[in-house]
Amino acid sequence: MPAPHFLVHSPKDNVGVVVIEGLKGGTDMLGVITETDKTLKLKAQQDIPIGHKVALKALKKGDTVIKYGEDIGKMITDAGVGAHVHVQNLKTKRW
Amino acid sequence: MATKSNGKRAKAKANLSFMGWRRENGRVGVRNHVVILPLDDLSNAACESVANNVKGTLAIPHAYGRLQFGPDLDLFFRTLIGTGSNPNVAAVVVIGIEELWTKRVVDGIARTGKPVVGFGIEGHGDIATVAKASYKAKEFVQWASELEREDCGIDDLWVSTKCGESDTTTGLSSCPTVGNMYDKLIPKGITGCFGETSEITGAEHIAKLRAVNAKIGEKWMKVFQAYQDEVIEAHKVDDLSDSQPTKGNIAGGLTTIEEKALGNLEKIGRKCKYIEVLEPAEAPAAGPGLYYMDTSSAAAECVTLMAAAGYVVHTFPTGQGNIIGNPIVPVIKLSGNPKTVRTMAEHIDLDVSGVLRRELTLDTAGDALIDMIIRTANGRLTAAEALGHREFSLTKLYRSA
Repeated sequence: MPAPHFLVHSPKDNVGVVVIEGLKGGTDMLGVITETDKTLKLKAQQDIPIGHKVALKALKKGDTVIKYGEDIGKMITDAGVGAHVHVQNLKTKRW
Repeated sequence: MATKSNGKRAKAKANLSFMGWRRENGRVGVRNHVVILPLDDLSNAACESVANNVKGTLAIPHAYGRLQFGPDLDLFFRTLIGTGSNPNVAAVVVIGIEELWTKRVVDGIARTGKPVVGFGIEGHGDIATVAKASYKAKEFVQWASELEREDCGIDDLWVSTKCGESDTTTGLSSCPTVGNMYDKLIPKGITGCFGETSEITGAEHIAKLRAVNAKIGEKWMKVFQAYQDEVIEAHKVDDLSDSQPTKGNIAGGLTTIEEKALGNLEKIGRKCKYIEVLEPAEAPAAGPGLYYMDTSSAAAECVTLMAAAGYVVHTFPTGQGNIIGNPIVPVIKLSGNPKTVRTMAEHIDLDVSGVLRRELTLDTAGDALIDMIIRTANGRLTAAEALGHREFSLTKLYRSA
């Protein structure tokens, strides 16, 4: 199998992590869920830096973002499938 | 001397062993430092003079030691005495501005049975004190240089962990590599430690369940809640988004403290449970196993506290490239971020970026870390040691009087 573009911790997650440098918008990406070794495919909506998150499904404002199978915060704006998810659209519910 | 059953020792040796220095109290060190330890900030200059006079000794300058009181003073003494007592230290010369608090540190370290002596500066001045201390330091360093390493079982090794400049790659690769190591070595009798109270925020429900029993889980939750109430709620201005996650964390793709905490907790693996909750710099006393220590998440403060508790090797996963070291404990740096491994190669002891490419399994990465721990225990200098990183940062609980 070629090296994946992104990895997902848990099948419950709605975001994955880009693990290659210089990922360009429009790339047809290969992803792997590390817990199950299951693969998935996704088109990147925009350039996403290594280590940054990509939406695996359409996320609406107020939606809970799940990573490691756990709540890591809520969306403060919408993001489509393959979009970059970070401080511009995701925030902790805590502070 | 600590006693161990022959059966237990034989079992450990059949698996893994290393060459270390067994100290007077039975604990085993992997370095053989002669430390020149200042009681206070005022005595740093004299300590550095002695370390300059006598080659092979190591001064550990720091910023505090005057007009502290209460629990802050207790923590200060525990950290200084613990540092001198660490089995990576063969002998200690303590210098302080006055003799009484100097003696308190000397007496604390002397309980290990190792050679230790103290000098007060008042009434003598720096020059006479440096002369007297230098004669003693020379005697100690020549004595220490003839001590020999001996074969020790892996159950003599105390290994702590803390990650820094984490990003999303730490949660995917370097932190679970440490977790895999603990899952393999804790059952073989090593003593482990994790901490970073603020960086469990968002994963506290998981951390509580990793206690060996409900009582220890409740004790852990009290420590976590006290931190939230006494530190965060008492001092926050708006939120902690500017420091938790840090700017480096955010550049690396971490968005929220919950996300950071879940990656952080990967360091304790899947199977092992913590058996006790320690105060900062408190030495474990419940036997081999994994411990939680209430520490700051600032790298140098945390490693300083764990070293003072007696840990002799530290494993440090990093994503964006934290460069920390410690004066007395080798800090093994591992990273899975291919950019960091490429651009900051001189700081990284173990490259686990293959985990992200799916070329390396966590099981293989964990074995590679165990191999690096053994090599480091046997004497391999870590990147931080070779580059002279000797960060020693005392944790302050509140303002001095």
